Amino acid sequence: MTAELKKERPMGRIVTITSGKGGVGKTTSSAAIGAALAKRGLKTVVIDFDVGLRNLDMIMGCERRVVFDFINVIQGDAKLKQALIRDKRLDTLYVLPTSQTRDKDSLTLEGVEAVLEELRGEFDYILCDSPAGIERGAQLAMHFADEAVVVTNPEVSSVRDSDRVLGLLNSRTKRAETEGAEPVKAQVLLTRYDAARVGKGEMMTVEDVLEILAVPLLGIVPESQAVLKASNVGMPVVLDAPSAAGAAYEDAVSRLLGEEVEMRLAGERRPGIFQRLFGRGA
Amino acid sequence: MRLGSLWPRKASTAQTAKERLQILLAHERAGRVADNLPALQRDIIEVIGRHLKIDSEAIDIRMEQGRDYSSLEINIEFPAASEPKAPSRR
Repeated sequence: MTAELKKERPMGRIVTITSGKGGVGKTTSSAAIGAALAKRGLKTVVIDFDVGLRNLDMIMGCERRVVFDFINVIQGDAKLKQALIRDKRLDTLYVLPTSQTRDKDSLTLEGVEAVLEELRGEFDYILCDSPAGIERGAQLAMHFADEAVVVTNPEVSSVRDSDRVLGLLNSRTKRAETEGAEPVKAQVLLTRYDAARVGKGEMMTVEDVLEILAVPLLGIVPESQAVLKASNVGMPVVLDAPSAAGAAYEDAVSRLLGEEVEMRLAGERRPGIFQRLFGRGA
Repeated sequence: MRLGSLWPRKASTAQTAKERLQILLAHERAGRVADNLPALQRDIIEVIGRHLKIDSEAIDIRMEQGRDYSSLEINIEFPAASEPKAPSRR
């Protein structure tokens, strides 16, 4: 029976990477989390929802191979399998690029739903890389989410925007609108965390941010030179040379998969004794 | 004198970033190839379909954009010619 056959297909989990504020590391995180999931043998697709400002393709290094895109598929101009780009390094990793020439109105709720449903039958994880802001594109990126990763910098405007996004996840998503459904499981991914500046009292601590946002912590990604280097060459940071940021994303993905992993700042210099003694009070 | 020449550049990641952008932006500024691809695909299917029976889903278009040239690879799968009930003329 087809119903039974369908059960054997993966029932993909939709995870939206969002933040409200721009430039906090959504696309970097989407690429890194996607690659880390794929490394573990989980068939993963990362979808770029930032219509008109395509960038996931560059960060994942497949920008020269884009033929059809998400919008072409929604509008029926291409089949999904024609638009999916398979990663050259990991055969379980795919990218669904967005259009560089259309605008956000090309995305429709029905179109997005149809594509996500088709992907659910093929993939273990479907990552939606949200555009910045809280307008249509961002809302569509989060609408069908099972889980959300709210990328946050320890900085006032980012934390404020994350709080706003958490509110939307709890009110404007399919799960929120469906009676009896589990709410979207939202977790914070703290990025560009600088332990030295935290030590000096110049940056909010992890605890500060979590106290304000009151959602679980998925991981702490330290400010790392490896991130720019990896983006220069189009390599998700977890596939590039070992780095503190890469290790942090690997840990975050372990937690996403339900493993218990101690929160640590891999490979970062601990703040000096003076900073630790006098930093915070200064 | 160009500032850059003071620091002979090796194959740094920054240089890679610049080159990737140059190639990509040259394509993006030059035209809108990507926009025409669905139309191109429809036309290809139509033209070939006039002569051969093909499945509109069995077409696969790949592109590789490069600095000096780009390649467009079009693969069309034909259904195996094994219609079991078809009259054979051995």
